[in-house]
Amino acid sequence: MNSAPVPDAAEVGAPAPPPSKKPAPTLDSKGPQRFKALFTWLGFIVVIVVCGIRVDANLVQLFSANSMENMGRILGELSRPDWSYANRIMPAMIETVQIAIAGTIIGSVLAVPVALLCAVNIMPKKIISIPARIVLNLVRTIPDLLFAAVFVAVFGIGAFAGMLALIFFSFGLVAKLTYEAIEAIDPGPLEAMTASGANKIQLIVFGVIPQALPYFFSYVLYTFEVNVRAASVLGFVGAGGIGLHLDQQLNSLRYDRASTIILLTLVIVLVIDYASTYLRRKLL
Amino acid sequence: MIEFKNVVKQYPNGTIGLNNINLTIGEGEFVVIVGLSGAGKSTLLRSINRLHDISSGEILVDGKSITRAGGKQLRRIRRDIGMIFQSFNLVKRATVLRNVLTGRVGYHSTFSTMFGYFPKEDHDIALDALNRVNIREKAYSRADQLSGGQQQRVSIARALAQKPKVILADEPVASLDPLTTRQVMDDLQRINRELKITTIVNLHFIDLAREYATRIIGLRAGEVVFDGPVSEATDAKFAEIYGRPIHEDELLAAEAAKGGVLA
Amino acid sequence: MNQSVPSHSRLPLIRNWIVGILLILIFIWSLSAMKFDGIQEYGAQVVSSIWEGFTHPDWDYVYLPDGEDLLRGLLETLIISILGTFISAFLCIPFAFWASANMSRIQAVSISGKFVLTVIRVFPEIIMAILFIVAVGPGAFAGVLALGIHSIGMLAKLYSETIEAVDNGPREALISSGASKLQVLRFAVLPQVIPQFISYALYRFEINIRSATVLGLVGAGGIGVPLLFALSSRNWSRVGIILLGIVILVTIIDLISGWLRRRII
Repeated sequence: MNSAPVPDAAEVGAPAPPPSKKPAPTLDSKGPQRFKALFTWLGFIVVIVVCGIRVDANLVQLFSANSMENMGRILGELSRPDWSYANRIMPAMIETVQIAIAGTIIGSVLAVPVALLCAVNIMPKKIISIPARIVLNLVRTIPDLLFAAVFVAVFGIGAFAGMLALIFFSFGLVAKLTYEAIEAIDPGPLEAMTASGANKIQLIVFGVIPQALPYFFSYVLYTFEVNVRAASVLGFVGAGGIGLHLDQQLNSLRYDRASTIILLTLVIVLVIDYASTYLRRKLL
Repeated sequence: MIEFKNVVKQYPNGTIGLNNINLTIGEGEFVVIVGLSGAGKSTLLRSINRLHDISSGEILVDGKSITRAGGKQLRRIRRDIGMIFQSFNLVKRATVLRNVLTGRVGYHSTFSTMFGYFPKEDHDIALDALNRVNIREKAYSRADQLSGGQQQRVSIARALAQKPKVILADEPVASLDPLTTRQVMDDLQRINRELKITTIVNLHFIDLAREYATRIIGLRAGEVVFDGPVSEATDAKFAEIYGRPIHEDELLAAEAAKGGVLA
Repeated sequence: MNQSVPSHSRLPLIRNWIVGILLILIFIWSLSAMKFDGIQEYGAQVVSSIWEGFTHPDWDYVYLPDGEDLLRGLLETLIISILGTFISAFLCIPFAFWASANMSRIQAVSISGKFVLTVIRVFPEIIMAILFIVAVGPGAFAGVLALGIHSIGMLAKLYSETIEAVDNGPREALISSGASKLQVLRFAVLPQVIPQFISYALYRFEINIRSATVLGLVGAGGIGVPLLFALSSRNWSRVGIILLGIVILVTIIDLISGWLRRRII
């Protein structure tokens, strides 16, 4: 679904870095290497076991008759959605999409200048690009729902807090993906323009934007996909959208209605995902 | 010894890949198979270790039928046949030594190899094999850090680590430049002579075939149209095999000259 | 039609204008759902107290000798994401082979696998956390299970793309040397995919550490629980220190994980 721009995809799928700088190991390094691998594995297993003990991970409890029965009962009720309820939640569903649209568009527009400041081929002055990146990375450490919880506490319950949360989240995501795309553009046209005496603004308008624009739109669409999913759960912290209803129905143990909401959300998310993926493919 | 008895290969779409091949290749021979691309060289070679199945007939390796063998028996016969590929087929991010060691897996049970540890004898065999192709010092480098010629030598070492009786080489020098081509062919020839390993090579360079082979087999449209010692493989014979006069690009010397001009 | 060349070249321009106007209309329609009134009620006083809280974080909360403090909350968050990533990194392997087009001859197999992964991926982890809370009770374990199951969707997709990109040459070489099917998998396929698998798992770990900070908002353990308390009691200096702690933890994890990923590939 979101195959093209997974956030950080550039890092994940990056080509192999040049061969490591350390000198080629000699024949004698075989032993230590073997021990290193062994210790890495041992250390890893110890960490996992300790973590498991810390959270009281209890597989016996998970697969116990009681919890299996609970899970089974819920899944059973979830499998019988109450379709008559679907009409009543449509307004909230629409609000969810509205939050996602507003948050995506505002966040993406705000991301453009910051992306330009972060890209070293546009902003060679490190004194600007490095702090800009640090700010961006700090914004990206906070997940959307956490932003939402804070904004609800500040501005009160409602869609506005949700929109603000998605603005911040979209801003971080779009700015990062876009500045990486800008840094990857073909430097040829820029050099040609510099040689013919273009100034910085002309360079950006005629050299950078035409090359980076398809990528930017593609990232905006991808962010929109992520935001629709995020918006569907914003209501859990009071930030508007369908999540509020889902929270209420789950709390009052109306799993048939919760199931209607979940399925409807899945359908809308899938439709938007497919439409957006299709558009992205046409863009690039 | 490898025997082909009335071997026929027909593809599902009806094309004939090999048409009634009867051949006997003796121990220690250095056989070069020549022919146009699509003549069935690769099919013939790959039918020997059954990377390709044949439609009818039988192939015997040292008297044992690989055509009828299955499961463990098939793997046991394959273990005695090393193979070298045009694109080297190394695990690129593994070390050279690990790649050569994979030639040893046929000697161990599946379970005991799952942990990836090989006994010391295997390490000795692998290092010895690397020694024979003169790249022992690269044993702990990653395969993808090596040049094409070096990678092909690693794949020769991997085949050697199998302690094979036969080595099959499918266009081993097609992705190499003229200089490394000679080094790789020299390695194959030396191994053939020193270890008496039967060697069967597909080549499209005619002059290379003449230089290294003890026997040349010409294929055309899935049939053997020439089989004899190098002395009988005249230009006229090659023209017959190819069904047309020899082109310049079928001579390594011409390729080398071209490379020289470019450089 | 009489001026076909110019009108043809103007067509994309007109289309862009229509798309642009449509976007603006949709945007205005979306904004209409936001209720801006009521914001003014919160006077400058509230804003200043928030600012006061954020600029004077509750440093005492970092470590309390007894009971819940920031470090323990962050540690639990870290543990939830480690375990959640660990579980999904293994559980997703069968799904990855299921969804890989080059692992089965029948196309329907990989297509159905890909669809299942899509559904898992779009199913929010918060809802999964709520379902697991019902099964095993509130706490970190429910969070671990939610992350573990939810991450399968994305990890298996990335894994299957890796499997689809495997170079078939080494497989051929292993078969020709007499290796059994498992040996081929062990020596030709695994060495090619494992580094990429680990790298993707680390990447997912970076995402999970962020997710783990919000799981607490629904009661599934981690730093989100005290954050929710601090938010609802408008204890801004505590909110400040918790957010600071999250930013530092996530940044450190990003740096370590990014460094590891660069070393592995």
